Amino acid sequence: MSSVVNIPPQFEVVDRPLDTQMTISMGPQHPSTHGVLRLELVLDGEMVVKATPDIGYLHTGMEKLFEYKKYQQGIVITDRMDYLNPLGNNLAYCMAAEKLLGLEIPERAQTIRVLMCELQRIGSHLVWLGTHALDIGAMTVFFYCFREREKILNLIEAASGGRLTPSYFRIGGLMMDLPAGFERRCKQFLDAFPKAVDEFHTLLSGNRIFQKRTQGIGRISAEDAIDWGLSGPCLRGSGINLDIRRANPYCGYENYDFEVPTEPDGDVWARYMVRMREMKESHRISVQALSRLKPGSVKADAPKVVLPDREAMKSHMDALIHHFLIVAEGFDVPAGEVYHPIEASKGELGVYIRSDGGPKPSRVHFRGPSFVNLSALPAMSEGEMVADVVAIIGSLDIVLGEIDR
Amino acid sequence: MVGGILRHKLNGMASEPENKETTPIASSEAAAPSPLVAALQREHPEWVADVIAAFGEITIVVPREHIAAACSFLKTWPESRFDFLSDICGADRGVEEDPRFEVNYHLFSTTKHHRVRLKVVLSEEDTHVPTVTGVWRTANWHERETFDLFGVIFDGHPDLRRILLPDDWQGHALRKDFPLRGYEPYSLK
Repeated sequence: MSSVVNIPPQFEVVDRPLDTQMTISMGPQHPSTHGVLRLELVLDGEMVVKATPDIGYLHTGMEKLFEYKKYQQGIVITDRMDYLNPLGNNLAYCMAAEKLLGLEIPERAQTIRVLMCELQRIGSHLVWLGTHALDIGAMTVFFYCFREREKILNLIEAASGGRLTPSYFRIGGLMMDLPAGFERRCKQFLDAFPKAVDEFHTLLSGNRIFQKRTQGIGRISAEDAIDWGLSGPCLRGSGINLDIRRANPYCGYENYDFEVPTEPDGDVWARYMVRMREMKESHRISVQALSRLKPGSVKADAPKVVLPDREAMKSHMDALIHHFLIVAEGFDVPAGEVYHPIEASKGELGVYIRSDGGPKPSRVHFRGPSFVNLSALPAMSEGEMVADVVAIIGSLDIVLGEIDR
Repeated sequence: MVGGILRHKLNGMASEPENKETTPIASSEAAAPSPLVAALQREHPEWVADVIAAFGEITIVVPREHIAAACSFLKTWPESRFDFLSDICGADRGVEEDPRFEVNYHLFSTTKHHRVRLKVVLSEEDTHVPTVTGVWRTANWHERETFDLFGVIFDGHPDLRRILLPDDWQGHALRKDFPLRGYEPYSLK
């Protein structure tokens, strides 16, 4: 190597006796990097010596944008972060704002939130499963997954009007109650879904090629997983029984009967099995939530924060004025700061809101699980084959919209 | 203007109950400090500059020079066992404020399932903080992000580069004096 070329520090790697090293750029337009992730891989033959994720290609300054929008306008931005789990993002943001406002959410709204979030979690896992299998070479699974996800998106569309960007949750409750016939349609889906999971197992879990590609690949120990801040299925795949729904329950999750699946091995296969089992658990929670739906209000009793019903606006002057004030000026939120974590489909999704009072937040920060999980990628992939990096990225289940924000 | 008139009118209306005027706050400022904070104050009084208990969350303001030691202690201390760093995020209190910046560390315990927030406040002239990458490796990207967006410099960080914005970006985008649309359209040189 001549010293004339000025190599940036991240390209310099350990001395090897044979000069067989090659630096390649994987992405940002690589189909298996799930968006616009770029990896700088230093390879020795086919072995990865060093992996450096390069992110930011999708950075749109969302956290800056929050500071210029009223609290209720921020909900729309959250949809665009983890676009496979928008209801989870809505929930985390709304609950953080509700914590500042001290709002009590009615039981029906809580139950619907749980139901919709668990449906969304299944939908998110289905996209992960389809694309993960596709990356490894099992094409068929993709179509089966998207067939099932379509049914979930139809349910979300029926409730909120949007498929990918529902913005269904509002500060103080829901946008509106579930439409007529929703419970029947939801039950129809839930009745058929366990069969679909069994179908995925038949397609993949017994597949020798899939097993060989995933077992023992991308190992991370329990101590390392905590040290790297892994959360969600990635952490549970390393044998740590930690679920925010259990550890710091919200929305009444403490009243639901479900298991937290864990696998001890910490490899790609373990993370695969955790998510497969989680789909069944989410199904269990959804069935319970659906059976607990009782008639009631879906909005908190806080006229200064929650938009009034359309009917009330036609007959009550104060409702009309409140509507005008909330829409035109927003509502004041007490000064203070909160951090609210929830268990999103990918791990701990934390929202930090800092308010100086007034209708706009002073700072909103999202602790995206994908962001933190991706930072552990070098620890998992160094020493593996380059083809296995694809499997490891798939097993992390990252969404670049959330990483770059 | 219209809003002001309407608000005035609304406040004069009898149909509005008085108690709706102020939204209740989840927990009072005067909440008793938790046993954890009390024990920490006994153990290392110099680390606890201030304690804020609000909205059911505990914030400990730590002097900047002690943050790495405090994190490392809280990680293994049997009373706390904050072995999981959830998040680090910066905040800009406003251009006129002094101290202007703060760095918030959200700690979580995977065994005790409790949380705490450590806060370091920084003046605009001197935005140096010791790194905690030696305590948790996950701090690496969080600190890079805080550096990128606020210009907080983490002393001793192994790889303090920009992470979200391009390497040749000018300024720190989440500072309050940075305009929403930037200074000029960005183009690759």
